[in-house]
Amino acid sequence: MSTPMNKLLTAAAVAAWIGVAAPAGAAEAPEIPEHDWSFSGMFGTFDRGALQRGFQVYREVCSNCHSLDLIAFRNLAALGLSPDEIQAIAEGYEVEDGPDDEGEMFMRPARASDYFVPPFPNEKAARASNNGALPPDLSLMVKARKGGADYVYGLLTGYEEEPPADVELMEGMYYNKVFPGHQIAMAPPLYEGSVEYADGTEATLDQEAEDVVTFLAWTAQPELEQRKRMGVKVLLFLIVLTAMLFALKRKIWSDVH
Amino acid sequence: MEAKTWKNPVIAWIDYRLPIFSMMQADLVDYPTPKNLNYWWNFGSLNGIVLVIMIGTGIMLAMQYTANVDFAFESVERIMRDVNYGWLLRYMHMNGGSMFFIVVYIHTFRGLYYGSYRAPRELLWIIGVFILLAMMATAFMGYVLPWGQMSFWGATVITNLFSAIPLIGESIVTWLWGGFSVANPTLNRFFALHYLLPFVIVGLVFVHLWALHVHKSNNPLGIDVKGPQDTIPFSPYYTIKDAFGLGAFMIVYLAFVFFAPDFFGEPDNYIKANPMQTPPHIVPEWYFLPYYAILRAITFDIWFVPAKLIGVILMFSSILILLFLPWLDRSPVRSARFRPIYKQLFWVFLADCILLGVVGGHPPEGAWIPIGQAATAYYFAHFLIIIPLLGIFEKTRTPPTSISAAVTPGGVGTKIKEAAE
Repeated sequence: MSTPMNKLLTAAAVAAWIGVAAPAGAAEAPEIPEHDWSFSGMFGTFDRGALQRGFQVYREVCSNCHSLDLIAFRNLAALGLSPDEIQAIAEGYEVEDGPDDEGEMFMRPARASDYFVPPFPNEKAARASNNGALPPDLSLMVKARKGGADYVYGLLTGYEEEPPADVELMEGMYYNKVFPGHQIAMAPPLYEGSVEYADGTEATLDQEAEDVVTFLAWTAQPELEQRKRMGVKVLLFLIVLTAMLFALKRKIWSDVH
Repeated sequence: MEAKTWKNPVIAWIDYRLPIFSMMQADLVDYPTPKNLNYWWNFGSLNGIVLVIMIGTGIMLAMQYTANVDFAFESVERIMRDVNYGWLLRYMHMNGGSMFFIVVYIHTFRGLYYGSYRAPRELLWIIGVFILLAMMATAFMGYVLPWGQMSFWGATVITNLFSAIPLIGESIVTWLWGGFSVANPTLNRFFALHYLLPFVIVGLVFVHLWALHVHKSNNPLGIDVKGPQDTIPFSPYYTIKDAFGLGAFMIVYLAFVFFAPDFFGEPDNYIKANPMQTPPHIVPEWYFLPYYAILRAITFDIWFVPAKLIGVILMFSSILILLFLPWLDRSPVRSARFRPIYKQLFWVFLADCILLGVVGGHPPEGAWIPIGQAATAYYFAHFLIIIPLLGIFEKTRTPPTSISAAVTPGGVGTKIKEAAE
């Protein structure tokens, strides 16, 4: 098998070379700096402190414009919050319920089973309040962009007050190193000291961005820890099983070879 | 089928009336298989197992999925978040699709290398091509179901291809959509067909196996089985070999499921479909990229035939041409082992297919256009020019007279014999 394999590799190398040499007209994607995440790697888990701080950043900053439609208050248990704490957070929101016995809709404080309340009642209202731009829902943001968590982190920390000399910013737009096209309608959302962390962590821009991205990585893939834990066990089992099957195969075939 | 006496009276009673146990004995246990099959022959049974995994996970997903444009995206996220192990089902199904194509492509290229499509296995090969077509239709419609941006826009682009058909094209597209754009009726029928087609594939697989079991497996030497000395019973030899192969495959497959579940996916599909906003770069799933490159290769009209129609015809021809391969190849031997030139050009052809895939993943601009055109031309030249000419001019080597002559007992295998030649 060695010669065909070599040829396959050569062929792949040729294809890759053409791939590298060719893209003259391809749109250049901005470079996304890589960041070290608590949840990356085979054994990665979400840093609980970062999750709770990130939730604080979302609640105090992002949630003014961005919805989080896929997350219910009950889900916050994964952050390490107690049922009482979750109840207290939920009660801070008002949701519409009904109709009651008179047929009227009414407002009541949210319960743990309710979902996060969006900041705007509909898309038109969101656009009207944001200079025509629509702040996207953040539930799946980390999975919905090329580069994932690194991209969102790069975006949050990638604003520059002065755009490069050759860039003419459009009215109401901001310059961002990482955003495709570099002109983004969202004003820089995070600054040093945007929040005052309850746990006393110093609220630098990098810290805030790292925390909120960790939180959003969780909202996008709340199954991540269970998935990785289970994956390690499943793969270990399969490796042992396959090794034994291989030994058995050798034994059974020993009279043919 | 030889009558076998069964000791268990219940089995004997059933088997006398419906010889299902005799059939299983003949086709799964005693089934004479060439003794020299290498690991590339594992991929046939792997395909069958992946099909079963896809149907199993798919049926369970269908119990939780809602085929309505207002709820489809959210229902998939509900499976991911609130259904017990829903994320596992969904990721196994999603990555299973990619794995299915990897396995089926390896299986197909194995057939190309060892001449498994040659007489008397032409129908076996042709049924395989139909299975591939049914798989592609199933995969395409399945990708639409999560109702993300790529689902919606992929469906729009691909269904629009039919508008290239002269005169009736536009009407056909409206008929396919069930309306004037990809919308709720489209999603509903795609769900119905996505559920139906896998069972059509199961039927085709049985016909594929039926045809296989008439003339039995080809083998790396590409020569016919001369007698019982050339074969070994399927069980235990190939059952254990297939079981080991399955274990190795599951390690790779589940490594993706658990540790990189979105590796093969497009981030855009985690954005809910929005008919008012076109994604900057619409790409199909990776396994369709070579055909996508062929579709877009033609940028010019030929006489009165518009470029779009030629692209569509070429794209479908790229699969359909496989149906004629058994008659395009006139070489006196089957296996590439004894075809010094074809052996090289096989890898060039594989590289060409990979290159088409790379081209398909890039926007059709700049150097990608001529590269895609050259790769498309080579793809068809391989079948229409190179293979027929090789059948006439290639100096083939003489294969051994029998499998048992090549595979002598005591550990001296084909490779050593090959090296000695």
